[in-house]
Amino acid sequence: MIDPRIAGAKKRLSKVKRIFVVLSGKGGVGKTLFSSTLALVLAKKGINVGLFDMDFQGPTCHVVLGARDVYPEEEKGIIPPKIHDVRFLSIIFFLGENPAPLRGSDRTNVILELLSITNWNDTEVLIIDMPPGSGDDVLDVIKFIDNKEFIVISTPSALSIETVSRLLRLLKEQDLNVLGLVENMSESEKLKGLAEKFKVSYLGNIPFDPSVEDALGNPLKLLDTNFAKHVEEIAIRII
Amino acid sequence: MVLDVHEWALADSVLTTALNYANGKKIKKIVVVVGELQQIELEIFKLALEELKKLYNVEAEIVIEEEEAIFKCNSCGYEWSFRDTLDKLDEATKESIHFIPELSHSFIRCPRCGSPDYEIVKGRGVYIKEIEVEKR
Repeated sequence: MIDPRIAGAKKRLSKVKRIFVVLSGKGGVGKTLFSSTLALVLAKKGINVGLFDMDFQGPTCHVVLGARDVYPEEEKGIIPPKIHDVRFLSIIFFLGENPAPLRGSDRTNVILELLSITNWNDTEVLIIDMPPGSGDDVLDVIKFIDNKEFIVISTPSALSIETVSRLLRLLKEQDLNVLGLVENMSESEKLKGLAEKFKVSYLGNIPFDPSVEDALGNPLKLLDTNFAKHVEEIAIRII
Repeated sequence: MVLDVHEWALADSVLTTALNYANGKKIKKIVVVVGELQQIELEIFKLALEELKKLYNVEAEIVIEEEEAIFKCNSCGYEWSFRDTLDKLDEATKESIHFIPELSHSFIRCPRCGSPDYEIVKGRGVYIKEIEVEKR
């Protein structure tokens, strides 16, 4: 038995120049906000950018983008709709308000299915917002996506550092391309030492910005926050 | 255009996989299994395969086998067929499962115990059962 979707997914992704996979050890450290804002910042710079919310059990990128009543077009597969110039793919298009009680093998199937039918068209940079941790989903990305670059995000909390260290160890052990570490919700550069320890680039710190909550669902307002300005500095460093 | 659909993407994956496997040799036959959970429109799928065969210069015979979709509950062990629940689903739900068969877990529950935790034992979607290439 051969799964045709593996070749299909690789073929469709081969046209995308750069694929950023945003990861963290724990939930709640700001992956979704960072991924979504990075996508908006790059789109504003005129780059054709895609955003894939791969957190199937807790999808929230659509909340950040304010993506409502949008649906992919069908053209030799599906073409994700554009929200503020970001080509956006999420399971919510198919899920509505229902839960997605999926075991690991089911999630693998969802990833393969979506990647093998999605036309990213002219997308130059694809950002993948991952679920937290280093489980099935991370292993699937490692297995099925060739030209990927990992962006690891952590807060300066000891709880986050504990888990992100294991994640960095895994990525380095597997000799994967880690673009760098982002320190979120932090006034200082506490995680520089951690980046040095694992020989990855320190991409910068982003101070906690309480105004972000009010900007959720409003990309223009979000782009105007201090948070977005810090994300933009990081974007300049990685593009 | 009728072929600008999901079935095209699935057909393209099948032929791309067969071409990769054949590695330059002539493909004689491809046996494709289509699970009924994905609710593929077989006529459109076949048309897409024929169009893509021309595009990729493939002359292989393509055999399509249909497979019944069977679920087995991880909670109570009950086994049932997708056919038993199909008439209770609305069109939008069927469409969601067509694109992502695993979303059955979002819409269908075990008829005996109500659990969303069940396996799709068989009949999920499209896979290749056999590729026959010419020997050199």
